[in-house]
Amino acid sequence: MTIGKQSVATFAGICVALAIAAGCAQRSPTEAMAAAPIRPDSTLVARGAALSSIGDCNVCHTTDDGPTFAGGRALHTTFGSIYATNITPDVDTGIGRWTAYDFQRAMKEGISRDGHQLYPAFPYDHYVHVTDDDVDAIYAFLMTRAPVHAKSPENSIVVARPMVAAWKALYFRRDPVIADSARSHEWNRGRYLVEGLGHCGGCHTPRDAFGGETTSQALSGGTVDAWHAPALDEHVAAPSPWTVDQMTAYLRTGFDEQHGIAAGPMAAVTRNLQQADADDVRAMAVYVVDRMGGHQRNAAPVVDVATRNGDQGAAIYESACAGCHDRAPRGIALDRSTTVTDVVPDNLIRITLDGIAPPDEQRGRIMPSFRGTFTNDQMTALIEYIRGRYGRIAAWPDAATTVEKLQRMSPENPS
Amino acid sequence: VITFNVNGKAHSIDVDPATPLLYVLRNDLELNGAKFGCGLGQCGACTVIVGEGPVFSCLVPVMTVAGRNVRTVEGLGSAEKPGRLQQAFIEEQAAQCGYCIAGMIMRAQALLDTNASPSDADIRRHMQPNLCRCGTHMRILRAVRRAADAQGAAIAQAKS
Repeated sequence: MTIGKQSVATFAGICVALAIAAGCAQRSPTEAMAAAPIRPDSTLVARGAALSSIGDCNVCHTTDDGPTFAGGRALHTTFGSIYATNITPDVDTGIGRWTAYDFQRAMKEGISRDGHQLYPAFPYDHYVHVTDDDVDAIYAFLMTRAPVHAKSPENSIVVARPMVAAWKALYFRRDPVIADSARSHEWNRGRYLVEGLGHCGGCHTPRDAFGGETTSQALSGGTVDAWHAPALDEHVAAPSPWTVDQMTAYLRTGFDEQHGIAAGPMAAVTRNLQQADADDVRAMAVYVVDRMGGHQRNAAPVVDVATRNGDQGAAIYESACAGCHDRAPRGIALDRSTTVTDVVPDNLIRITLDGIAPPDEQRGRIMPSFRGTFTNDQMTALIEYIRGRYGRIAAWPDAATTVEKLQRMSPENPS
Repeated sequence: VITFNVNGKAHSIDVDPATPLLYVLRNDLELNGAKFGCGLGQCGACTVIVGEGPVFSCLVPVMTVAGRNVRTVEGLGSAEKPGRLQQAFIEEQAAQCGYCIAGMIMRAQALLDTNASPSDADIRRHMQPNLCRCGTHMRILRAVRRAADAQGAAIAQAKS
């Protein structure tokens, strides 16, 4: 959904050089004219709504307590902040004047209505694969929402927009996703949604030094907002292989008792997928589970689970964790959790520090927050104990460092 | 033997290090303000402050507070001389059965310790982990607001 701060920082550097070579970056504005009103075609609008929930438009274009699609959510980077824009049809502050062509060009070329380059925090490198018909449906949906007059804060990022043209020269590929006739319609539909509108790789693919997705390692795991987006390919870290049924249910409910809960940015993704077409979500599951290829955690089990400060870790676990995770079937049994066997400890530490909570005034699973409850040494002992006792694989090499970093981090502003 | 500080006073307790802090506070130190509610960190009745922040004392083995400072509702004032938050809870009549109130007050105290002028949204967000089964949440929020305003006024007066 977003590009991490390191990525933006580094891509800025290269772009300074490349912008000069890339030359003219500003594209022509489209003719200023009022958009033709959308005919209230309920089928088209409903299809756009379902597609929009796969595209997660609302996740970035809505603040925690603001109106949906009215923009204003910040993406923090070391070079400043980018604010998501208002995509309600407000004439002055939203996309009320945008034609279907303007919208297509933004979604698939990364060019705004007035011709300026859009930062690739907006994932047009994925949306380029979406069909014109699907983009038109999303346009119809957005243009029939209530207009909200809301001006997003000014960006404070120092990467000049023309430099984005250079970034595109490096990373923006228009190659279409061609259907694989050897595969089922469902698999192809899933790939279309995962690679395109769903932009799963935006988080689950590692980014290189310049902020571009490393396509040779697509879906092998990435980083977003200081969360680790686990691998969705053969590097999958789950203790047991995913089935299509499990993945479908997980994507629609945010939870699978054999693998765990959707936390961090993925929680919003799964809430959206409840609104998507059920067959589409299943198709995405078919494709992702196929990419995983029946694999599971690829690490030798450790028989000796002795860990540093084992006694302290065990005592904290018994007191703070076991009540839900062991003694009563309230939380997931941690020997099933991908978070415990993942390649980095970040997600386990963050969930322990900040807990799990549904959005305000919504129902959902909860876990209490333990931020500030334990010292760094105690938290490290707990994390290492859980890894050894329930993950049954070798300790993370840097759990203590990560604990210290994440204890200092504000959960509201993970940059 | 585990040594830690409660409400400014050092205690050395000879107990199983895995004993929950709540049990030590109530049974060994006879500080009965904090309550056992759910035992799962889902209600907040057991909330006390350890170091700077609110913790669920029912989930914390006492070994983890060795050498640290613990504050309980008893440290904020007495029936004769209630502290600022306690006074605000009385004025707003925020307690019905009262079981959750010691935890509510200690979580609120942790907010006032770090935020001199919390907004209503700050208060709501901060108090979210604590539940009141009588349903006096609106009075509790008003009480925290009142105490925050009183603290803000006191700070302003001290400056002038």
